[in-house]
Amino acid sequence: MIADLLIVAAIVALALPVVLGRSAFTSVALFVAYGLLLAFAWVRLDAVDVALTEAAIGAGLSGVLLLGAARRLAGGPPVEDAPPGKAQVALIGVGCAGLAVALGAAILALPDPAPSLAGPVMANIAALEVGNPVTAVLMGFRGLDTLLEAAVLVLAVVALWALAPDAAWGGAPGWRQPRAADGPLALLARVLPPIGVVVAVHILWVGADAPGGKFQAAAILTAMWLLPWMAGIAAPPPISRAWLRILVAAGPVAFILAGFAGSALQGAFLAYPQGYAKAVIIAVEVVLTASIAVALALLVLGPPAEDRDA
Amino acid sequence: MTLLVDVFTVLAVAAGIVFFIAGTAGLIRFPDTSSRLHALTKADHLGLGLVVLGLLPRAESLGGVLRLLAIWGLVLVSSAAAGPMLARLARRGARGG
Amino acid sequence: MTEILLGAALLVLATVMTGLARVLRGPGIADRVMAAQLLGTGGIAVLLLLDAATGTPGLADAALTLALLAAFATVALVRGAPDDGGDPPA
Repeated sequence: MIADLLIVAAIVALALPVVLGRSAFTSVALFVAYGLLLAFAWVRLDAVDVALTEAAIGAGLSGVLLLGAARRLAGGPPVEDAPPGKAQVALIGVGCAGLAVALGAAILALPDPAPSLAGPVMANIAALEVGNPVTAVLMGFRGLDTLLEAAVLVLAVVALWALAPDAAWGGAPGWRQPRAADGPLALLARVLPPIGVVVAVHILWVGADAPGGKFQAAAILTAMWLLPWMAGIAAPPPISRAWLRILVAAGPVAFILAGFAGSALQGAFLAYPQGYAKAVIIAVEVVLTASIAVALALLVLGPPAEDRDA
Repeated sequence: MTLLVDVFTVLAVAAGIVFFIAGTAGLIRFPDTSSRLHALTKADHLGLGLVVLGLLPRAESLGGVLRLLAIWGLVLVSSAAAGPMLARLARRGARGG
Repeated sequence: MTEILLGAALLVLATVMTGLARVLRGPGIADRVMAAQLLGTGGIAVLLLLDAATGTPGLADAALTLALLAAFATVALVRGAPDDGGDPPA
């Protein structure tokens, strides 16, 4: 109870300067810390799977993504919007307060015990041969949702690349980092990735029976891929590379093929053959991990830019 | 035997907490950013090391022991690298709003 | 023993939160970046103590992930920090 109060107080104490801060950089720095705190909150809510994702995405990727956004904004023409008037500020305040009250009321109005599908999931989990109910839901019972999410990532990469100026099309994504040939950053960029790959494989593998899985593993892989880029000792591959595009699409394609195999063998899309459910799930997850890792990295890097030094 | 392990864990974890408290005390009391960085990167990581040491005999398998050691090793390497980078940032005197 | 470990986890959490309150006050950018570092190290200790106390699966792996990525966050932030006072004009 004391721990919960401490975490909630810290979340609020961090959230306020993130929103109110005048400098974009300070807001991003505190937002990264905020993500770490959210991971603790998820642990307290017994959602270790979500905590792992939050730790991997929050600590690893969203910070780099937001810093890149701040950098791009700083390079553009100054924003000349007039500051909001008093009536607009009041309206925004009322709107936010109303939303908060509505959310609170909705949570308090939940029937007790809250409606849950946890029972049916645990009753049928044996059919999928995996021990982690989260994996069973993501890959089995709600497999179609996960398939569509994976497809959304591919579409997001396509949409992002569409923003590239014609002259830069086919070039390397992201901006060029100043090179750190030696020193602490170069050391980390050389030492950490091999260890990180091992950790990612471990997280993916235990995901079948314990918290972990493809998304967390992919986020770790992405962070390890971005590290040498941040140190300026490796450049990302140009987006015209065929293998890069194939990798991005491979995960959803493998998932769809597994789905049609289910139609042919079991008579239902995404039905896994009996006795081979776990093998198919893990095979699809391995390919998905690679695809998600590459897609996340490309999304964080951004479209290829005309002026690579900007 | 279990009593011995328990006593060892309690002693090591308690020593670790002392260093965490010392680190936070330094964070609060030290006057400038570079000194505060000392308090954070040194005391906290020693504290974590002692906590890891105390939990080692309680690990259920060899893999658990290796994971604990890997965690501490990773934190040592990465904070050793992050410390100087943060110090350089502090020396640039960059100020946030 | 479980209670002792849980108490230890709470104590470390309280210490980290106290440190966080200080780090939030700044004044420099480096102080704010320290928040990620502080929560990373302290959070790993809390997760490991919770894992030893409750045995909830996944906590040790969460600590491992944090150990790997808390440094990544610090590096990314230092690398992305504006060169001199404050942000470039927005």
